[in-house]
Amino acid sequence: MEQLNQWLAGLLEGNVIFTPQTLAYYWDGLVTTTQLVFLSLLIGLILAVPLAILRGSKHRWIKLPVYFYTYVFRGTPLLVQLYIIYYGVVFVDGIQESFLWPLLREAFYPALIAFTLNTAAYTTEIFHGAIKATSRGEIEAARAYGMSQALTMRRIILPSAFRRALPAYGNEVIFMLHASAIASVVTLMDITGAARFVYARYYAPFEAFIFAAAIYLCLTFAILYLFRYLEKRLLAHLKPLSGN
Amino acid sequence: MKKLLTVSLLGLAMAAGSAQARDYDHVRFGVDVPYEPMEYRTPEGELTGFDIELGNALCEEIGVTCEWIEQEWDGIIPGLLSRKYDAIMSSMTINDERRATVLFSDPYITPPSAWFAPEDTEIDEPSTEALDGMTIGVQRGTLQDNYVTDHYGDVADISRYSTADDMVLDMEAERLDIVFLDFPVGKSTLLDSDEREYKVVGEMITEPKEYFGDGFGIAFRPRDEALAERFNEALATLKEDGTYDEIYKRYFEE
Repeated sequence: MEQLNQWLAGLLEGNVIFTPQTLAYYWDGLVTTTQLVFLSLLIGLILAVPLAILRGSKHRWIKLPVYFYTYVFRGTPLLVQLYIIYYGVVFVDGIQESFLWPLLREAFYPALIAFTLNTAAYTTEIFHGAIKATSRGEIEAARAYGMSQALTMRRIILPSAFRRALPAYGNEVIFMLHASAIASVVTLMDITGAARFVYARYYAPFEAFIFAAAIYLCLTFAILYLFRYLEKRLLAHLKPLSGN
Repeated sequence: MKKLLTVSLLGLAMAAGSAQARDYDHVRFGVDVPYEPMEYRTPEGELTGFDIELGNALCEEIGVTCEWIEQEWDGIIPGLLSRKYDAIMSSMTINDERRATVLFSDPYITPPSAWFAPEDTEIDEPSTEALDGMTIGVQRGTLQDNYVTDHYGDVADISRYSTADDMVLDMEAERLDIVFLDFPVGKSTLLDSDEREYKVVGEMITEPKEYFGDGFGIAFRPRDEALAERFNEALATLKEDGTYDEIYKRYFEE
């Protein structure tokens, strides 16, 4: 670590903006962004699977509330949702005394809630579309084998729906990463927050934001690569047999 | 012949000299209104504020009459150079960029920054120990931000806001333990708030200069050195005889 610091200090010698201290801000920002995006995507995914199934239900009273939820969260800007959850929650009477306050007091958890609800809404719609697109033949075949509705869902519909949803879901992950840039408006020091801090401190907009953009680009490349790998593995059976 | 030329040149120079070093018995100030509490109008329409009162006191000390001329901020220096008025006294921070075009008096005030916390706070005096683990609110990119980041960045959590309003909202929500603000802004937003009781913690802070700057000065046309000198002397007198403190207290203390 000591050596790394020395090497870094040598490398940055004579650089006014990118001192070890500012790089530490960017590093903290990278950690915050990654945590925020990863956790919200994970929880959003777990929420979205049952919601997508309910969304396709035949019963109006199951289907409609889910539709209403996705409609509201896809129909309003994420920034507005974040403001409502971060600043709005404090107007709930007695919230400061409740057991939730230690969590809501931090900027991280309101942001996590907003991002999770938002991505869950989009993911629900992506999965719902994929489930609906399951070919009737597959379902009829499952029926013919005597599978119950639940078993058909688990064994036939969901696995093929996941595969179909993969490219669209990959886009949602990248959108979520980019959308997380608004976290800095509620004082979170994510990558953009670090860039805004450096910009305000050194009056150097280009250096500060281009560096942040470069970090986002690297993250996006990693996500793209991951999804390309997954698609190759999971969608191998759809590839033409001849050629590569 | 040569002598005559010298004499007439001398005379010309003297005439020009006397035209330059005009003796003012009436000074017109340019001011951008409103900027509470430095310059603003009362509900009755009367112009008042720290700048106005101090400016009037200075004129009285020098023995000239004064007049205040309102001018929008972005045209305030061109207005001075085109003789719309003779000086600017309008919360103008002294800096090198402006020094190139105008002549500044000595700084007459450095607007203080102050720590504000709820009435029942445990912090008596801001220090590295007292602020350990606390959440400090500042406005992003301000001199207060730089000060807090350099002094307490290692021990405390710093929350940076785009506007002072957002910060006040989070203070009312009990998300912040203490904020560091321009004193006048903090006074009008926190001390005068109805929601919770707040107080100033510790001393007003105006030092060190590398963070808090040179303060506000009166700007003159570069050739009016004599006039600037008279104002500097008057300012020193007012500071000595207590008039300055009296005006200062009226605007910057509870």
